[in-house]
Amino acid sequence: MSSYDTSQFRAGLKIMIDADPYTIVENEFVKPGKGQAFNRTRVRNLKTGRTLEKTFKSGEVFEAADVVDTDMQYLYFDGEMWHFMVPETFEQHAADANAVGENAKWLKEQDTCIVTLWNGVPLDVAPPNHVNLKVVETDPGLRGDTSGGGTKPAKLETGAVVKVPLFINEGEVLRVDTRTGEYVSRVKE
Amino acid sequence: MPGFFVSGMHMHHWQPSASIDTLQLRAALLRRVREFFHERRVLEVETPLLSRAAITDPNLASAEVRLAGLADSFYLHTSPEFFMKRLLAAGSGDIWQACKVFRGAEQGQWHNPEFTMLEWYRLGFDHHVLMDEVAQLLRELVPGLAGEERLTYAEAFDRYAELDPFAATRDQLEAAVGRFGLDPAGLDRDALLDAIASHVVYPQLGHGGIAFVHAFPASQAALARLDDDPRCARRFEAFVNGVELANGFHELSDACEQRQRFEQENDRRKTAGLPQMPIDENLLAALEAGMPDCSGVAVGFDRVMVLAAGTGNISEAMTFGFDRI
Repeated sequence: MSSYDTSQFRAGLKIMIDADPYTIVENEFVKPGKGQAFNRTRVRNLKTGRTLEKTFKSGEVFEAADVVDTDMQYLYFDGEMWHFMVPETFEQHAADANAVGENAKWLKEQDTCIVTLWNGVPLDVAPPNHVNLKVVETDPGLRGDTSGGGTKPAKLETGAVVKVPLFINEGEVLRVDTRTGEYVSRVKE
Repeated sequence: MPGFFVSGMHMHHWQPSASIDTLQLRAALLRRVREFFHERRVLEVETPLLSRAAITDPNLASAEVRLAGLADSFYLHTSPEFFMKRLLAAGSGDIWQACKVFRGAEQGQWHNPEFTMLEWYRLGFDHHVLMDEVAQLLRELVPGLAGEERLTYAEAFDRYAELDPFAATRDQLEAAVGRFGLDPAGLDRDALLDAIASHVVYPQLGHGGIAFVHAFPASQAALARLDDDPRCARRFEAFVNGVELANGFHELSDACEQRQRFEQENDRRKTAGLPQMPIDENLLAALEAGMPDCSGVAVGFDRVMVLAAGTGNISEAMTFGFDRI
């Protein structure tokens, strides 16, 4: 297993700290004149998602975290785990609720997601930035009804609920931005 | 990313890291530096970058050089100090130099492994008079340095870290560094103080003007005389906008004490698993012959350039930063 020392720190580098995988968000070399040198960093724990400030003595060595982001196709949900497949190799991986989190509502079968593997196990699932989902439930939306600010809620095939314009009907397919959870446009499929 | 990739290098790699405007400003500032010292009758000298001796300070790494055909090791200097002190002992009078120095493993927004040090020595000055002169020079080079303040290391710590650096217990220091996520294990007292200074105290100094910190702990000033309070050394640093620009001393001229300090530093190297460095016997011989009472200061000229030119980092203040060599 390879290792890195502080002189190799840069944003995006993945290292183990106290047995958890982290990614470096920011790195600053700090040294008072003729004194001990430090690396002042902001790091994100890839297991918990928390970002924290950490300072290390310059020269400290860290084990590289075996963390790899891979494109995978979402296959199905078996009630407990979400299943993915690497298209080129047909290799399958199962991600638990921790890895999928809030993104469960954006997963549509066959869509390509970025699955972060840590030691070969899914740690995080990132859906594509935009997904096309069918509206399964929404009120007809009366013209001139501005009580909802010109929008109404619509439930999509995955269970996600988004605010949509009043003219949207059940059965229509919408393009949604998964990062903001917002309606973008209608899609003709 | 579009563009040409030659041998894996980005298409801009061959270009300088500073703009031509910045290089013109740099030349103008160097002219002003030369004038400054000429007016004050301080002699410009050039000393070797190569030495058979190296710096014993455990926090500095000397670059080792092999010269073809010679079995001996040589080192690139981390500062021109040792040669300049030999000149002082030989009767040179006041001297100054702007030269490249080399410090391994130091790279970042404010650090380049090779950088330009502006260093000078004044006979008969104590460190307070030298601070006056540093302030005069900085004001000639960097516009807008309005105010000036001087505070002791203890005052700076008290004001900005709410700690007494001399009396604080180890527990208190450990708690302080814990606040920015530093594990204190294996760090000695000075290393903890360095961490607090660099993370908490120094960034708050010199905003809108020059801040001088003096009366450093004696353990942090290997080449300075001790103050009347023997816990302190006659060392000072200058800060502008939270960045350290200069490091100065009322110089130690006692050969025995200097030898002792070098040996202590080598001991600390041994404890830290670092290689022992050859002590500069020529410097010690010069001190034995007698170096006049003087104060000296080293200014990071590239950092002064960053302030004068308004660049974002040190690479943009020099022709080719380390990433472009």
